Formats: sequence, structure tokens, C-alpha cells
Amino acid sequence: MKRVLMQRVGFVLLGLLALVVVLPILLVIGAIVARGAQAINWEFLTAMPRNGMKEGGILPALVGTLLLTLGTAVAAIPVGIGGAIYLSEYARDTWLTRAIRLAIINLAGIPSVVYGLFGLGLFVLFLQFGTSILAGSLTLAIMTMPIIISAAEEALRSVPTEFRTVSASLGGTRWQGVRNIVLPQALPGIITGVILGLLRAAGETAPILFTVAAFFLPRLPQSPLDQTMALPYHLYVISTQVPGMPADVQYGTALVLLALVLSLNLIASVIRSYFRRRREW
Amino acid sequence: MKNKNHLRWSEFLIQTLIRVLGFSSIGFVLLIFLFLLREGIPVFFQVSPTNLFGTRWYPTFDLFGTLPLILGSVLVTVTAIVIAVPLGVTTAVFVREVAPNWAREVLKPMIEVLAGIPSVVLGFFGMTLLAPFVRETLGFPTGLTAFTGALILAYMALPTIISVAEDALDAVPKSYRDAGLAMGATQWQTIWRVVVPGARSGIVTAVMLGMGRAIGETMAVMMVTGNAARMPLSLDSIFRPARTMTATIAAEMGEVAQGSVHYHALFGIGILLFLLTFIINLAAATTIFKKRRRGGLR
Repeated sequence: MKRVLMQRVGFVLLGLLALVVVLPILLVIGAIVARGAQAINWEFLTAMPRNGMKEGGILPALVGTLLLTLGTAVAAIPVGIGGAIYLSEYARDTWLTRAIRLAIINLAGIPSVVYGLFGLGLFVLFLQFGTSILAGSLTLAIMTMPIIISAAEEALRSVPTEFRTVSASLGGTRWQGVRNIVLPQALPGIITGVILGLLRAAGETAPILFTVAAFFLPRLPQSPLDQTMALPYHLYVISTQVPGMPADVQYGTALVLLALVLSLNLIASVIRSYFRRRREW
Repeated sequence: MKNKNHLRWSEFLIQTLIRVLGFSSIGFVLLIFLFLLREGIPVFFQVSPTNLFGTRWYPTFDLFGTLPLILGSVLVTVTAIVIAVPLGVTTAVFVREVAPNWAREVLKPMIEVLAGIPSVVLGFFGMTLLAPFVRETLGFPTGLTAFTGALILAYMALPTIISVAEDALDAVPKSYRDAGLAMGATQWQTIWRVVVPGARSGIVTAVMLGMGRAIGETMAVMMVTGNAARMPLSLDSIFRPARTMTATIAAEMGEVAQGSVHYHALFGIGILLFLLTFIINLAAATTIFKKRRRGGLR
């Protein structure tokens, strides 16, 4: 009976430790929502910052982050999905394929600030894009790519082999099978992966520090070669670089960023659970 | 016939394109390394090795000793891992082996949410709420310490550790568990003496990937560790300000003149970070590949 008691105590202990993991998450979100909600109103979201960013709104940072995320999507989605199709549908298990997988694991592990250095070296200086939305988006895109590839490959692989066999037996080429059968079936999983990748890009600060982010630029960008403010960098700036910043503005900015990222997260999981239930295989 | 030829050509073109996209990952890793080398190598010619691996980082006085930064990163990362591993592994065990369904439905999305919170938001939270709390409860002159940074980092590494460890537990064949229970062991005994040891290599992978994540983390660390480039040699270093390699790059790159010694030195630190994470991930990856080959009954 001592063993059974031990098991019961052990399970309770495990539950408590899981609580230690979860409670701080709720605390972070709760604190930021509680204090940030006061700051948020229509003006905060749609006005230019004024008076050394202490008043007014965060419009240019918000627009900048949306543009950067869009640019990242345009660059990363085709390459990421293409890479995933290669790994799942075309590649055989050779040393080269293993080298690709190793490269993806390593890309996923490179520190974000090193991506920033790389973007500075290649896009800003060598290709002379300057500190611009273009340079920032491309840097973020390469960082996002491994996330998209891994998720898309998993989605493609979960499509049963029979689907491909049937397509081939009807005289379809490999690509026709992929395009008409496998890709549509894997689409929900791929979209989920893409969203998870993009929300990482939207929230990252270090890769945009030296490639795009402007400290204070109270106008909207006019071209891909313009600098822009961005939400994560803006939050960093107003919480560490500007003395006498009202806490309301800081918490408000943090809340907008958090809400943006978490709503993307929510959309991804809704898509995933909706299609998982409707799947016919 | 013409149509068929056309089909063959487009098939060939698409196949080539997909192949190129498939290989692009290797290209990007090489490209990243190449550009880090291009901008970072000059520092090894401009600054003497004794200076470069010295104990003082004061770029304005041409002192580029990276040792305090490296040790700062090590101190913060190791502390974070010491906090995160027990929490992460037990949570993975709880989620995979013990938790009732409703608890699992709550825990897994919460952990995903944690993974999604931007590091600058966690850094902001750490600065404004956690640091004052640490200062007051432990009675230090400042709450911006290596310990505060490690605490935040531990939570940032948790999602990685939990999900990889969970996969590892999931891969332990059901027959192992059945055998354990059939021998008369309780579920608790089976978990710790059969299942967890069976998932050992996967759990090691989880720890390594978590470590890679922690050592590369930038913004949160920069905002909460206090950023003093001092050698963490005494026992109380953990409760003093520290400065990591990542934070140094992020904080100083904006202010240096392009092409200066300082500029190249920051890229030099970038090379070091790249190599460190490369080795950690390589080690993690080999255990992943090994596991895949071994297989096993579910």
C-alpha cells in the first residue's frame, strides 16, 4: 500500500509542477492585458506618435510590423513549401537529403541576433538594399523558412500513400499527383505551419534591429526600400531607451503586440482542429 | 505527341525548381556562415589573441576581451537549463503519462501560447514586474541580474523541452509499459524506471535543443540581465548583473561605424555563436537520426 500512496503523492506533485509551468504564463498575459487595456483606444491604434513617443499612437509601428510580416510571407511561403514538397515527395534517403535535414535543424537553431548580423552583411550592405523593409523581410523570411518546411513536410507526409498511388495509376505524373491530390489534402496543415512561422517573424526584434527598424519615424513607409518602425522594436525602445515613458503606453504597446501574435496562434489552432475533425482519412 | 512532349518539359522544369528549393536550406546555412566570416574574420588580424580572449570588454579603449561575454552566456544558459529541465521533463511526463484529458487540453495550448509570446514582451515583463520582485524578495541592490535573465530564459526554453521530451516518451513502445505493469510495478514505478529511461536519448535531445534556444536568445536577456560585462567568477555572480554574447551584439551593433574594429569584433562574436549553436544542434540531430533508424513497436 505504501507504493500506491507514493504513486498518489507523486502524481499530485507532477500536477503541481505543471502548474508552476502554466501559472506564470497566465500571470504574464494577465498583467499585460490588465494594465494595457487602459491605454488602448482608437487614437492609440491609428495616430502617429507625438511628443517623443510619449503621446499619440503607434500606427507606424503597427503598419510596419504588418508590412514586414507580409513581406516575410511572400518570400518564405513559396520557398518553404517547395522545400517541403521536395523532402516529402521527391527526395530519397541519401546523404544529401540528410544534409538538407541537418541544414534545416541548424537554420532553426541559429540565434535570431545572428540572423540580424547576416541580414546586415548580405542584404543591407552587400546587396545595398540599405536598412529597408525589403532587407528586413528577407532576413525574417530565412529565419521563418525552417518552421514552414518542417510543418509543411509533416502535413504532406500525413497524406496516405494510397492517394499518390491512385493518382499515378490514373496516368498522372508525379507533379500532377502532388498538385491536384496531395497538396490540397495537406493544405490545412501547411497553413497552420505558415501561420506559426509568421507569428514568430512578427514578434521578433533582434533580426530587424540592424536591417529595417527605425527608432522614431512618424510617417508610413512609401516603398519597400524605406525604413519603418515595428512593434517589437518599438516596445524595446520605449521600455529601455526613452526615460520618463508613461507605463500606460508601454503596456498598451505590449498588449497590441501580444494580441496580434496570440490571435494568429488562435487562428492556427482553430484551422488545425477544424480540419482534423473533418478529415476523411 | 506534341502535348505529351510539353507535359514532359513542364514536369522536368517543375521537378528542377522543387529540387532547387529543396537544396536551398543548405545554401542558406552556407551563405550565413560565409557572410559572418566575411565581416568577422578581419578582427582576428586586427586584434591580438591575448586581447581577444582577455577578461576586459571595453571597445572604446580597444579592449575586446570576449571572455566575460562568453562566461556570461554560459552562466545564464546553464542556470536556465538547471531550472527548465526538471520542470520541462516532469511536465512532459505529466502531459503524456498521467494527466486526465481535460488537463491535457488545457496544458498543451498554454505551452503553445508560451512558445508564441515574443521575447521582447517577456523581456518587458521581466523588467517591469519580475526584476522589482526579485530585488525586493531577495534584497539585492538591483533586480536586473543573471538569475532574473535565467528565470525568463528557462520559460522560453520550456516549450521546446516539453514538446521534444513528449515526443520521446510517445516513442517508447507500449509493450514496455505493459511489461512494467505486468511485473507488478505501479504506474509511478513504471514511468520512472522503464518509460523515462527508455526515452533517455530523446530527452537528452530535448535538453540540448532547449540549451541551443537559451544561448541564442537575445532581447529578453538584454532587457533583464543588467548588461554588465564583468567576469562571473565569484559564487554570487548569479545574483549580479551579467552580459551575454547575444546582448552585446544587439546593444552595440547599432552604434558602431561600419568597418571599424568594433564592428568586426561583433561579427566575430556572431561567428562564435553560430558555431556554438551549430555544434549543439548537430549533436541533437545525430540523436534524432539514430532514433529514427532504430524504430520499434508501439
